[in-house]
Amino acid sequence: MGEIDLALVNWSRAQFALTAMYHWLFVPLTLGLSFLCAFFETIYVKTGNEEWKHLTKFWMTLFGINFAIGVATGIILEFEFGTNWSNYSWMVGDIFGAPLAVEGIVAFFLEATFFAVMFFGWDRVSKGFHLFSTWMVAVGSNLSALWILVANGWMQYPTGMAFNPDTVRFEMQNFWEVLFSPVAIAKFTHTTSTSFLVAVMFVFAVSSYYLIKRRHVEMAKRSILVASVFGLISFVYAGLTGDESAYNNARIQPMKLAAYEGLYEGKRGADLVAFGVMNPDKTVGDGQDPFLVEVAIPKGLSLLGKRQFDAFIPGVNDLVYGNAEENIVGYDQKIERGKQAIADLSAYKDAQKAGDAGAAEIALAQFKENQEFLGFGYLQKPEDGIPPVQTSYYSFHIMVYLAVFFGLLCLAYLVYGIKDTIEEKRWLLPFGVISFFLAMIASQAGWVVAEVGRQPWAIQNMLPVGVATSNLAAGNVMTTFWMFAILFTLLLLAEIKIMLNQIKKGPEGA
Amino acid sequence: MIGSLDTAVLQQIWWILAATVGSLFLFLTFVQGGQTLLWQVARNDTEKSLVINSLGRKWELTFTTLVLFGGALFAAFPKFYATSFGGAYWVWILILFTFIVQAVSYEFRKKPNNLLGARVYEIFLFINGSVGILLIGAAVGTFFTGSNFTLNQFNQVTWTHPLRGLEAAFSLFNLSLGLFLVFNARVLGSMYLLNNIDFALAPEMEMRLRRSCLISLACALPFLLYVLASLLLMQGFSFDENGVVSLVSGKYLANLLAMPAVLILLLAGLVLVVWGVILTAFLGGFRGIWFGGLGTVLVGLAVFFTAGFNNTPFYPSKADLQSSLSIFNASSSHYTLTAMTYVALVIPLVLAYIAYVWYLMDGRKIGAEDISDTKAY
Repeated sequence: MGEIDLALVNWSRAQFALTAMYHWLFVPLTLGLSFLCAFFETIYVKTGNEEWKHLTKFWMTLFGINFAIGVATGIILEFEFGTNWSNYSWMVGDIFGAPLAVEGIVAFFLEATFFAVMFFGWDRVSKGFHLFSTWMVAVGSNLSALWILVANGWMQYPTGMAFNPDTVRFEMQNFWEVLFSPVAIAKFTHTTSTSFLVAVMFVFAVSSYYLIKRRHVEMAKRSILVASVFGLISFVYAGLTGDESAYNNARIQPMKLAAYEGLYEGKRGADLVAFGVMNPDKTVGDGQDPFLVEVAIPKGLSLLGKRQFDAFIPGVNDLVYGNAEENIVGYDQKIERGKQAIADLSAYKDAQKAGDAGAAEIALAQFKENQEFLGFGYLQKPEDGIPPVQTSYYSFHIMVYLAVFFGLLCLAYLVYGIKDTIEEKRWLLPFGVISFFLAMIASQAGWVVAEVGRQPWAIQNMLPVGVATSNLAAGNVMTTFWMFAILFTLLLLAEIKIMLNQIKKGPEGA
Repeated sequence: MIGSLDTAVLQQIWWILAATVGSLFLFLTFVQGGQTLLWQVARNDTEKSLVINSLGRKWELTFTTLVLFGGALFAAFPKFYATSFGGAYWVWILILFTFIVQAVSYEFRKKPNNLLGARVYEIFLFINGSVGILLIGAAVGTFFTGSNFTLNQFNQVTWTHPLRGLEAAFSLFNLSLGLFLVFNARVLGSMYLLNNIDFALAPEMEMRLRRSCLISLACALPFLLYVLASLLLMQGFSFDENGVVSLVSGKYLANLLAMPAVLILLLAGLVLVVWGVILTAFLGGFRGIWFGGLGTVLVGLAVFFTAGFNNTPFYPSKADLQSSLSIFNASSSHYTLTAMTYVALVIPLVLAYIAYVWYLMDGRKIGAEDISDTKAY
């Protein structure tokens, strides 16, 4: 399938990372704040207290500013699979296109239709219908997350499909397996629950700022109380689903787990590094200790990954070079068999073209013997199968440390919120103000773990990014990368300015 | 039940569904048309606010319909999605750009401290309504004029023109189709605004809208006539029972004659649009959008059906005829088409709630209280 143009691959990766990360600056807030607005408005409708209506409208104004730029940065992602990853789109479009289309049909229209009611319908529809609309915006946003995360989960764990050598693509065999794959479920639940936390931190940040300034005190306290309950529930849920994600990684993406745990040499009863500084010079197979400093929980990683104290957790070395004792086939052997599969597939296509049915049948039979290694055939050397270990390690650990902080903060805000003493805790409020920025970092870091940790695969073990790109000159992608970088940065700056201005104005401006 | 249908039937169903979504999008471009009319019909801040707030309640549906159009094509015809988006790179990227800047403009335009100033966001809206729609028209034009690509034995696309899709805008036919869509969107935009705004605050704007509706149709007509005449006379792409593609004279005329229902859709659609304009410009009516909108949908359907049915490859390649894509060689597998058809069964429900919400929201026209509200755009 031609030579791989590394500059093109890297610019395409960079562009996807850029656009996805920009989009992700806004999505978690949409996912979580939509529910918070629905909670606030429900309380208003139940109590009939106009102050809750005021409060709801204030948060909705901020929601709207964020929503617009979320939509703007989102459209490119829908089409970028085609523009920049057209080989990918062809090879897996039969499976991957479906969730995107379903997302459009069942989720986007809910959001778009009811968003207009939520914003402009206060005196055009009944109170009840308005509340219903607000809930529909929340449901629609989160349904949209469901479908796109099903698609992402499928890339991590391709299931419910088979390769068709005649069409040279992967084809769907079972829709339900795609939808209910354990990875898809863990992805959806973990991503949404952590996004709720991001939104809770946003409410904390704005409300804490008001409390520090002693402005809009009642509104801030009310917001904090609702948000901290939501935050604490989301925190517990995020923890459980995070654990499930790690468990899935151990079974399905062991290389990713090894990378974000910094585990080079696999072992039984593997320790979990609670805190560590990695050795920046470490390379695979060089025998150096991967850590300069480490504090580890004995057997913690085996427990996390396999839910047994003495289970074997493979390290990067075992996966790349194989481990006969533990029955692990190394990438070196997989690459060899993959190259054979590619050659047999080409022979099959050539024989078909020449009308030689006998030769085609033989080539196809040979291909089927090695077809599960097809993707490995595109790797040049075993080490190409290793993701950036340090990036994965630090991203994962930053995410976890911050998550603990969010849990404690939710607890503290809830306790002081109930006691109605939160405005006196002047030492605590600055933590609330910075919590949103930390939450953004944690949320982005989570995606870095998920996506950098699975490199070089566009589809786990089946399609490396190198053969997934469009057939473009790298200069085109470089140009669009900078176009997006400049435009999105401008829009982000505008959004921040507008948002800050609106927060400064407070609920009177809403 | 659906699973027992032939693949060929499912492929046709999905072409009809994709065509329907595409045609609804063309109707919903009244938002883009309205955006390009802003400076022309609204002379002061009040009038501008009325226009923006009227369009601002609808823009997301147009946007979402475009996204669904992309998603539906991806799911049902992934080879087209991969070939066209990955091949005609620049034309799609530029279209997307115009929609990215549109998406923030309504929300940001009037907000204090918005970095770029209201004027820039208005320019964004204008670019989306003009350049965006023009390029979409040019891209649709290539369904008839063909594109410059080849596919290898692994179905990977190579684009053979250095402009990567932008060359489509330099064909007179494609350009005319694009300009027709731009002016048609303005026709629809005028009709929609007339229908949606309470002109108590802006009596003069009503007259301007009626005039712009007529002028826009007058501007659209030459391009439409050129497109129609070319379409009937040009060589078209055709495939035989073995899937071998060749150029055939009068192919699209033959398609219309072979599918009289499509011809009727086309003519009825054109009549409806013109009637909508007459109603609006000469009879003082406010309901022109109903006719113009329905007419546009019918014309859109006729265009897509002519491009994709009757042994016609809908995404032909000029560079290599045999790489041309038809609904039969570009589609998803039988399984995926079946699964997606089940999903598509909810579409009537979606249309129903959209219609119901519009009915509720548009019960009262956009007036003074809507532009003084702090939530207003």
